[in-house]
Amino acid sequence: MRLLTDAGPSLAAHQACHGQLRLANRQAIIDEVDHSGLLGRGGAGFPTARKMRTVAAGSKPVVLGNGCEGEPASGKDHRLLSSHPHLVLDGLQAAAHAVGATEAHLALHRGSAALPLVRKALAERRDVVQVTVHEVPPRYVSSEESALVNLVNTGEARPTFTPPRPFEQGIRRRPTLINNVETLAHLGLIVRHGADWFRSVGDPEEPGTQLITVSGTVVEVPTGTTLKALLGKLSGLQAVLVGGYFGTWVSAAQAHDLTLTHRDLRAAGGALGAGIVVGLPEASCGLLETARVAAYLASENAHQCGPCFNGLPAIASAVKALALGPWDDATMSDLDRWLNVVPGRGACRHPDGAVRFVWSALSVFAEDVARHRAGQPCAGIQAPPVLPLPRPTSGGWR
Amino acid sequence: MRVRVNPIDCTAHGLCAELLPEWISLDEWGYPAIDDQPLPAQLVRNARRAAAACPTLALRLERE
Repeated sequence: MRLLTDAGPSLAAHQACHGQLRLANRQAIIDEVDHSGLLGRGGAGFPTARKMRTVAAGSKPVVLGNGCEGEPASGKDHRLLSSHPHLVLDGLQAAAHAVGATEAHLALHRGSAALPLVRKALAERRDVVQVTVHEVPPRYVSSEESALVNLVNTGEARPTFTPPRPFEQGIRRRPTLINNVETLAHLGLIVRHGADWFRSVGDPEEPGTQLITVSGTVVEVPTGTTLKALLGKLSGLQAVLVGGYFGTWVSAAQAHDLTLTHRDLRAAGGALGAGIVVGLPEASCGLLETARVAAYLASENAHQCGPCFNGLPAIASAVKALALGPWDDATMSDLDRWLNVVPGRGACRHPDGAVRFVWSALSVFAEDVARHRAGQPCAGIQAPPVLPLPRPTSGGWR
Repeated sequence: MRVRVNPIDCTAHGLCAELLPEWISLDEWGYPAIDDQPLPAQLVRNARRAAAACPTLALRLERE
C-alpha cells in the first residue's frame, strides 16, 4: 500500500509515515513526474507531466485539486481526503511549486464529510502556497474541469464552451493546472521517492498503483490488475460496470482477462474512468439498472445545450420503456437515432458519456433487449437496485 | 476553415440551416447538426453569411 497506509490523518502521523516534504527545483520535479509515467487519476488518464509543462510555460499559473468525486459509484477521493489529507495537500504544494503557482485551490462537494477533515489538516500545516477550499454543488457535471473554473470565476458550477481549455485559460484567465486528488497524492510520493520507485509496480505503460472502488469498497491495487483478480470470482455475475456512469458495461465473459488499464479498456470500447467497478448479479436486470442511471444522467444535465437537454431525457424514457414497457418498434428506431445524433454536440462530454453508457447496455444486454421486446417477463425488474444513485439535488448551480 | 457552434449560446433559431443547408441540418429539436470536416472553399461565403446572421452569435468559423 502506498496511498492507503495505516498512518492516521494527523500531520504528525503523516510525517512519521512518509517523512517531511522537501521540494527540489521546479524543472527537476516535472522531469521526475514525466519519467514516472504518472497518468491523471480523475478519468481521462492524461499524462500529468505534459499538463504541468504546458501550465508552467504560461504566465502566473494557478493550481486546483479536484476532490469532488462526481461519480456516484466512486468513493476513492473521499477516502483519500478523509484518511490521508496531508498526502493530497503535499501533492498540491508540489504541483504549485513545480508550475510556479502562487495560489492553490481545492474543490470538494458541498456537504462532503471530508470537508471538516481537510480544513483541520490545512490548519495544521505551514504551507508556502495558500490553499482556498471551494464547496461545489453536488451535481454530476459540476466536477468537470471547465465547471470548476467557472465556479471559481463566476460562482456558477456549470461547464463552459471550450477551447480555451483550463490549462490554457482558466481561473481569472490564468493557465490552470487541474488534478484529481489521487493524482496529487501520487505526486506527493513521487517527489519523495522518485520516478523509478513509482514505476517499480504496475503496468509498464501506465505504472504505479491506483485506487479502485469495487461495489463501494475502495482498494489500492497495482495498475494492470485484471478484473477477475479484483472481483475474486466472476461467477454469479452477468456483467460488470467499469468506469462509472461515463463508462461501459462489460459482459462477465469479456471481463475475464480484461486489465484495468486505459489501454485495454479503450480497446474494448470502454473507459477506466475514475476506477469504478460494479458487478451486476445474475438476478438483476441490466436494462432496468441502465434505465435508472440514464434517467439520473438526464436529470443532471446543466440545461445549457439543446442536444443534451432534449436528447438525454428522450433517451432515458426510451430506455425505461425498453426495461419496463410499454414497448413498440418506433421506440427502438427513435432510441437508435437519438444515440447517433446526440454525442459530440454539447459544450462538455456529458451527453457523450451518457450515450456511451446506454450503447454498451444495448450491446451487452442484447439478449435481454430481445426478450423484453418479445414481451417475455423479466424477473430481474423485481431485484433491488445495484448501481447507487444520489438523492435528487435541489437543482442549484451555485 | 471549420464551422462550429457554441451549443450553450445556440437557442435553435435555425437560420444557419437555411443559409448553409449544404453543411448544416437541424435535429428534431431545431438545433444545428454541423459537418465537422473542413469547409469546402465554395461554401465559405455562405458560411460567413450564416455566422453573421445567427441571432445569438453562436455560430462561428474557425481557422485550423
